[in-house]
Order: sequence, then C-alpha cells, then structure tokens
Amino acid sequence: MNEDLKQHVIALLESDKRLDGRKPLEYRKPLKVEYGFTKTAEGSAKVTLGDTEILVGVKLEVGEPYPDSPGEGTIIVGAELLPMSNPEFESGPPGIQAIEIARVIDRGIRESKTIDFKKLCIKEGEHVWLVIIDAISLNDAGNLFDSAALCAYAALQNTVFPKFDGEKVIYKEKTSKKLPLKNIPLSVTVCKIGNKYLVDPTTEEEKVIDARLTVATIEDGTLCALQKGGEAPLTQEDIDKMIDIGVEKGKELRGALKNG
Amino acid sequence: MSYKKRLDGRGFEEFRKVEAKVGVIKRADGSAYFKFGNTWAYAAVYGPRNLYPRFLQDPSKGILRCNYNMMPFSSSGERVRPGGSRRSKEISMVTAKALLPVLNLEEYPNSVVDVFIELPETEAGSRTAGINAAAMALADAGLLMKDLVSSVSVGRVDDKILVDLDYSEESYEDGPVADIPIAIMPSSGKITLLQMDGLVSKEQLSKAIEMGKNACQKIYEIQKKALKEKYNNVKGDAE
Repeated sequence: MNEDLKQHVIALLESDKRLDGRKPLEYRKPLKVEYGFTKTAEGSAKVTLGDTEILVGVKLEVGEPYPDSPGEGTIIVGAELLPMSNPEFESGPPGIQAIEIARVIDRGIRESKTIDFKKLCIKEGEHVWLVIIDAISLNDAGNLFDSAALCAYAALQNTVFPKFDGEKVIYKEKTSKKLPLKNIPLSVTVCKIGNKYLVDPTTEEEKVIDARLTVATIEDGTLCALQKGGEAPLTQEDIDKMIDIGVEKGKELRGALKNG
Repeated sequence: MSYKKRLDGRGFEEFRKVEAKVGVIKRADGSAYFKFGNTWAYAAVYGPRNLYPRFLQDPSKGILRCNYNMMPFSSSGERVRPGGSRRSKEISMVTAKALLPVLNLEEYPNSVVDVFIELPETEAGSRTAGINAAAMALADAGLLMKDLVSSVSVGRVDDKILVDLDYSEESYEDGPVADIPIAIMPSSGKITLLQMDGLVSKEQLSKAIEMGKNACQKIYEIQKKALKEKYNNVKGDAE
C-alpha cells in the first residue's frame, strides 16, 4: 500500500504538487505559537502547524553541577509521543522516535549556545540551575521534529526563574528574571523522495520518504545541528541543496516567534 | 476555630470555574478537555479497535483500558518524572471502573477501547476532571452508552462540608480535612467512584455525597452542552 502511495506522491511532485495541495517547499498553515498555556511550568508554549499540535513545558530545578563543569548548569530534553496524539503510538517508555526528537532538539539548543550555561550557576560546585525541557505531542499530523524544536525555543522565551532560598526552590514565588537567551536555534527537516525535496511532511508523506535531513540553524544561517534520517543515502549535492532549503525556511519559521 | 470562608471566596457548594470542550484532538476517535480552575485534563478515545496480543481478547465483550498521565511540567512543584507511578496506575484503574458501568462493551467483542487522559496543568481534583473529560470523549467517539459520568470531589475542611477542594484546602492545617472524589451516573444517581482520605463522620459523609450529587448534576449539564456545541460548530461551518 505504501508503494502505491509513494508512486502517487512522486507523480504529484513532478508537477510541483502535494497530497494536500501545497507546494513542495511550503509549510502548512496555520503556523501559530502561543505562549504560557500552563502556570505549573516555569515556561511553556504551544505550537500549531496545520493539524499538528505540540506542547512544551520548561521546569527549572536546582541540582549539583557535573564534576567536570562545576560552574555550569545544563539542559535536559525529553520528548513524549503520547498515544493520545496518534493511534500508532503506544504507551510505555519513550521509543527510538521520541528519543531521536529529544536529542536533536537538545543538540540544537546546546550547540547554538543560546543558553550560557555559566549563567545557570548559583554557587560553583554546589548549586546550578537545571533547565528541563519536555516536548509532548498532542496531535501528530506530521513533522514533529520542526514543530517541537520551534515550540521548545518558544517555551524557553517564556521561562522565568522561581525563587531559590539557598536550599530549595520556592515554586510559588516566581521572580521577574527571565532565562537569558542569545540565539534562536530552529530546525527545518528537508525530505527527499525520488529526486524531489519537500518540507513539513504530513504523517502520510513521512511513511514514504526516502531520506530526511534535519537542519538546525541560528538567525545568521550558521548550522548548529544536523541529523540525517531515512534509509536512502544522500549525495553531497543533495546535502548542499537541502541545507540551502533549511536555512531559507528557517527564516520563515522564525517569523512565528515573538521577539525577545 | 472554624473554616468560615473559602480561601478563594467560593460558596461551599460551588465548584471552581469550569471549561469543557469536545473534539480537541483531531486524530482521536473522540476527545475532550475539562478544566476545574487550574486543573486541566485532556481525554482522547481510540476504539473500539483490534486488541493485540490476541490472548487478551475477550470473545464475549470488549475491554476498556484507561491511562491517566500527568505531563512532566504539570505539577507546581518539581518536574513529574515520565513513565507513570503507583499513584497514576491506581487512578487509571479507578477511572476505568468509574466509566465501565455506562458502556455497552458486549457490543464490541474481541476489541479494546483505549482512553488516554493527559494533564498539562494540575492543582487538585485531577482524577475527577479526567473522568469528566473521558466521559465526554467516549460519547464523542460515538460509543454506545447508557448514561454519561460526572465527577467532582467533595470533602470536609474543619467543620465545613464543601465541593471541589482546591490545593490550599487539601493542605489546610488548622483542622481536619477529608477529600472524597466521587463520580455518578447522572440519570440514575448511582455512584461509580468513591474514594476518601481524611477523617469524617458517617453523617458528614452522607451530607458530602449529597452535595456532590447536586454538583455532578450541574457538571452533567455542562458536559451535555459541550457535546452539543461541537455539532453547532459543524452546522456553522456548513453555512
């Protein structure tokens, strides 16, 4: 069945069309970022991309630093693909798909240096802030990679520090101090099917693509993380083209975020 | 000293601000969310669908599986570790038992009906919000049902009996507290969930259940209204 679907998708792409009527390099609409859907998180955001809906919440905890970086806090990223969001997802510990999404988000944020880990230090060697980012799929209609990365950044923008009294965190008392952010890391996943490229795949398209490349960039186009997926190999030329698409589309996605 | 006035100014028989909406998860067969103040429960229903592994199948009737899960950022304290706890397992079980009496599962042999309850934000009363959302989602999925299920927690704070305890009341320290989540089938008034922790006399318990039943009737009206609203919107779209 997938083979028929694949041939159909390829035939459509020959005339620059998609199953849902989009152009190959067009993101779905609406693309919407809503800030602060929950008060229990220190920061949160919801992203709607077509029918895909993602929630990200940020919790801040105080912990001991790693022995090799006593003056630095860190980030922890988790992703849960809820069985509520897609009939094919199952309950239980995160599968490889969720782990991959979490790790690619983690690398984008970590390597872009958007958070200065030194600024998360409260007392060297004793107390540092841990920024715990959890991405949750509410409705999976495709492209969880890009929507989750966008949502994670938006949730960080929304994050404020709770009070820390020297021993424990007082979650009820939020301070006015925001999480300091420098760059805006976002990812664009470019898919290849046959000899065509497309962005923002639906769940149907995700089943038939040959390869994908997730391109995480910051505002100036510098790459901060890459992840190739899918079974087909890519040529150097493919990669050049896919990165160009990723950088260009990244600018478009950044437009959905609130400034500062 | 007596608990004279509720900390958030509500009347003793008044529940927190409620919001209910049906059809909120597009991929699910049925879905809804239900809010009691800052407690927010989503429910999504998948099924009846085939049940695997096959040895779990029952040729005489379908089975109901409920899964209650707090999102990692849903607690006002530290992060909730993903993966479920003893608490979430127990709540999943009592939620299934609260919903079972209204379902006609004999109609769906060898199948499973999955109910996923997910909480993005919690502040007391999460199991009751989850049951309310789940009942609406089951109806939205078009399952055969004898009735809806409506749920609220009632309880005692010091010498007062009241409806829908919030977090500050559950942790009231100047007197005894009892928290009693209940669920009823609104048409018959029969009780499908009853739990209690705290100290309470038999008389106080009867009074609390009576108040809970009244509150559930009001919740039932809200649930019905939300179910009908989904179709009002459909009508609106067609015009």
